[in-house]
Amino acid sequence: MRNSFLIILIAAFAWFMYDIFSEYQTQEQLNKTAAYYNSNEPSEAGAANVVTAIVVTYRGLDTLGEVTVLFLATLIIGFILKNKAEKIIDSKYKTSEILETGAKVLVPGSLILGVYIFINGHLTPGGGFQGGAVIGSAIVLLLLADPNKIVSHKLMNFIESTSGFFYVVIGILGLIIAGGFLDNRIFPLGKLGSLISAGAIPLIYSFIGLKVGAEISGIVNNINETELTDKL
Amino acid sequence: MTITIDKIALFLGIVLMLIGLYGAFSLKSIIRIILSLSIFDTGINVLIVSLGYLKGRTAPIIDGDKVTVENIFNVAIDPVPQALVLTAIVIGFGVTALMLVYALKLYQSKKTLDINQFSDLKW
Repeated sequence: MRNSFLIILIAAFAWFMYDIFSEYQTQEQLNKTAAYYNSNEPSEAGAANVVTAIVVTYRGLDTLGEVTVLFLATLIIGFILKNKAEKIIDSKYKTSEILETGAKVLVPGSLILGVYIFINGHLTPGGGFQGGAVIGSAIVLLLLADPNKIVSHKLMNFIESTSGFFYVVIGILGLIIAGGFLDNRIFPLGKLGSLISAGAIPLIYSFIGLKVGAEISGIVNNINETELTDKL
Repeated sequence: MTITIDKIALFLGIVLMLIGLYGAFSLKSIIRIILSLSIFDTGINVLIVSLGYLKGRTAPIIDGDKVTVENIFNVAIDPVPQALVLTAIVIGFGVTALMLVYALKLYQSKKTLDINQFSDLKW
């Protein structure tokens, strides 16, 4: 009974999607919004990557909201997993030699790769969120190799709150100096395609990268500590 | 039904959505349900990105070689769906992290992850 209902539901959904799929035609020309962004972005925002300019400048307020959602998720996770202050060191969580050595080699490299990705967010496919995720994965590897390792909550919270604060400060500076909230023209736009260009976009994306990296590390750290205290 | 090269991503997105939907309704373990919802989420993201594709065009990044300031209008695809999907991925990450933490809490309370054991709100 339950299974046949499920199959009917899936079939109905598949039929609905098939209708969309068979009718869909790939467009030949850009629509008006995309044409505006593609043709005006290089002179208005000055970033080589159009997607970055849309995310950070044209839809900057949207991105601020997005960062806030991620912050709220971290906050709620920290609230649900209220940890005891001290961390219990237990030698039975010994991991393999290969993982430990591999982590020693790979963690610094991953951190630098993450920083590279978010600094070059306005030139290459990448940016603050992607770089932050790479930094978070470096912390995951660190904690997988040695679950007893202490990653400071205070440091993570400090990085997260200061970068969030400066993100909003840059936005308000745009309101005072340039044309509006989060306008990137508070600095000169510079030469298209060079590292220091596109006004405030690299700076904003670096703050977003640090913030996202700290948030992901904080979530992983919280879960890891709960696991350790729970099992004992 | 013919799957042309420009509709592969659309097809893949729909297939991922169907797999995720089936898994979310049929599986019993909470972790597997969360994974299924994550697959469903990925399917939607792939579908939205594929809607911005234009035949024979490339990514909207000015590299001075294939895409330049002059011809970006004619060789680059629609950047808006990509920017929107970036938002969607981050929100999806936050939701998945929250669901996993709730699963951890549920496991702590009953020492099981079978969804049938959590019938407290059923009547």
